[in-house]
Amino acid sequence: MAVTILIPAPLRPYVAGRGAVQLEATNVGELLDRLTAEHGALKPHLFADDGRLRSFVNVYVNDRDIRQLSLRDTPVQPGDTVSIIPSIAGGTVVAEALPKLSHEEILRYSRHLILPDVGTEGQRKLKAARVLLVGAGGLGSPAALYLAAAGVGTLGLVDFDVVDKTNLQRQILHGTSKVGTSKLESAKERIHDINPNVRVRTFETRLTSGNALDIIRDFDVVADGTDNFPTRYLVNDACVLLGKPNVYGSIFRFEGQASVFYAEEGPCYRCLYAEPPPPGLVPSCAEGGVLGVLPGIIGSIQALETIKLILGRGDSLIGRLLLFDALKLQFRELQLAKDPDCPVCGAHPTVTTLIDYEAFCGIGAEPAYAGPEVSAQQLKVEWERNPQLVVVDVREPHEYEIGRIEGAKLIPLGELPNRLNELDGHAEIVTHCHHGVRSMKALEILKAAGFAKVRSLQGGIDAWSVEVDPEVPRY
Amino acid sequence: MTLVLERRHVEAIHRHGEADYPREACGLIGGTAEDGRKIGVTLVPVPNARADAPHHRYLIDPDAFRRAQETLDRDGFEVIGVYHSHPDHPPVPSAFDREHAWPWLSYVIVEIRAGRAGEHKSWVLADDRRTFAEETIWQSRS
Repeated sequence: MAVTILIPAPLRPYVAGRGAVQLEATNVGELLDRLTAEHGALKPHLFADDGRLRSFVNVYVNDRDIRQLSLRDTPVQPGDTVSIIPSIAGGTVVAEALPKLSHEEILRYSRHLILPDVGTEGQRKLKAARVLLVGAGGLGSPAALYLAAAGVGTLGLVDFDVVDKTNLQRQILHGTSKVGTSKLESAKERIHDINPNVRVRTFETRLTSGNALDIIRDFDVVADGTDNFPTRYLVNDACVLLGKPNVYGSIFRFEGQASVFYAEEGPCYRCLYAEPPPPGLVPSCAEGGVLGVLPGIIGSIQALETIKLILGRGDSLIGRLLLFDALKLQFRELQLAKDPDCPVCGAHPTVTTLIDYEAFCGIGAEPAYAGPEVSAQQLKVEWERNPQLVVVDVREPHEYEIGRIEGAKLIPLGELPNRLNELDGHAEIVTHCHHGVRSMKALEILKAAGFAKVRSLQGGIDAWSVEVDPEVPRY
Repeated sequence: MTLVLERRHVEAIHRHGEADYPREACGLIGGTAEDGRKIGVTLVPVPNARADAPHHRYLIDPDAFRRAQETLDRDGFEVIGVYHSHPDHPPVPSAFDREHAWPWLSYVIVEIRAGRAGEHKSWVLADDRRTFAEETIWQSRS
């Protein structure tokens, strides 16, 4: 009596249409060798070129998988039934035929091509890759420059801003001649100058819950260079929902962070920060300042991680948070774990579609305090008429160093509650800061303390410089 | 070969792909083969076993295949094909599809773009395993 091999439908054409074949053997290896010796056309479908059983071919002796027994050495006895059971695997076009490199590209990328970990195949992967940069600012600048130079085939850019003079200290994608023009136009011109082979796709819009999935869908990797929490959570959630890696970077003053959030292989941003900080707690770069080189370093790390993901080489920052301190020149690393209860990427997600991220981050939930304001020109007129009027500068001392309104009294916002006794409760008071936000907070404090005749300078010292006294420098 | 499917099968494949979007949906097609035609009779939706990367990979594990095969066997049918969805990609087999493909089976792929089913096509692996040939789908009216 022989061993019966059950042949699945897809393989029957190779065994003369039979559903079962009888053969004699003592173990599985011998049995399959005999089977393919008799039916040669079967061999390439069962075995890979190196002679190993293909990963999607499963062999069962009676009811047990030989992978749980002794593989090829699993004994078989007369009367046993051996079944060949398919597992069926596949997926979308991830590793489609890679584009070829032109002679110009071979020359341009020669330093990559001679690197064993990049080589021609890696360079072709870069050419095939589509990377979306959210934000063409401090982080997006070095990322865009290096990714373009490295030969990433398609670069998408999302931004809606215009180049401002205060950007130039760190946003090296943009030059002085581009002040006042669209950041995307400026970026496109610069990228094409570096590498005309790059296809630049521009999205001149704010990334929103309404458009994020449609924009991100057509890209392989997203590099997040945003400077605010709602967009950061939006980018994270959209990437989780679409199964895309999110190369994250953030900067503040002298410190930066970077990681790769890729829910399919590790934690996402929400595993690290389930909830956003209360609005106003973490100042933006515009409020807190940032050292210009810092985004250069963090944005370059984002470019590096993006390239590694595309090449499939090296140890990615997935599951690790890199912390950089520019003053100490110190890199530290935190291990990040995936949160099984994560609302987006956990086992039982509660966020399965994009939400209102402004509301999630508490923005617009409570209307900001709005007190009475006075324009710069009006203040000038009133102050000349009434020298008793008190102007309180609530900025920080280092800002006061940059420029001041002559005659104003400096009381930084943080010290104001303890220095109320320095102010006359009956005087007319006007508070001012850089742009008129902190001075409104100061107004709230003064009102609560019983000061009645208080107003805030609309547009801050910046408006004063533009409208009243050009001797005061803008910053 | 030609694959014969009923309209309800095609619609069910579209709906399954839409329901699982942006993850890949997959299932088996049971039926009979005769005179150079494969005739679909029933669909067996199978949960995608690739929990690690369901957005661009699918896997029907051998146990699921065996269970489906046993059920079909009782009614005198066999597995004649596989269907799966390509979220936001055209219904063309990827290199990964080809490397993992079985001969003879019909591979029906439906494109799901932005959550809505689009074009679908059927493919059969060539004997040399190097290429997929597109196969005609003959859709019956019922």
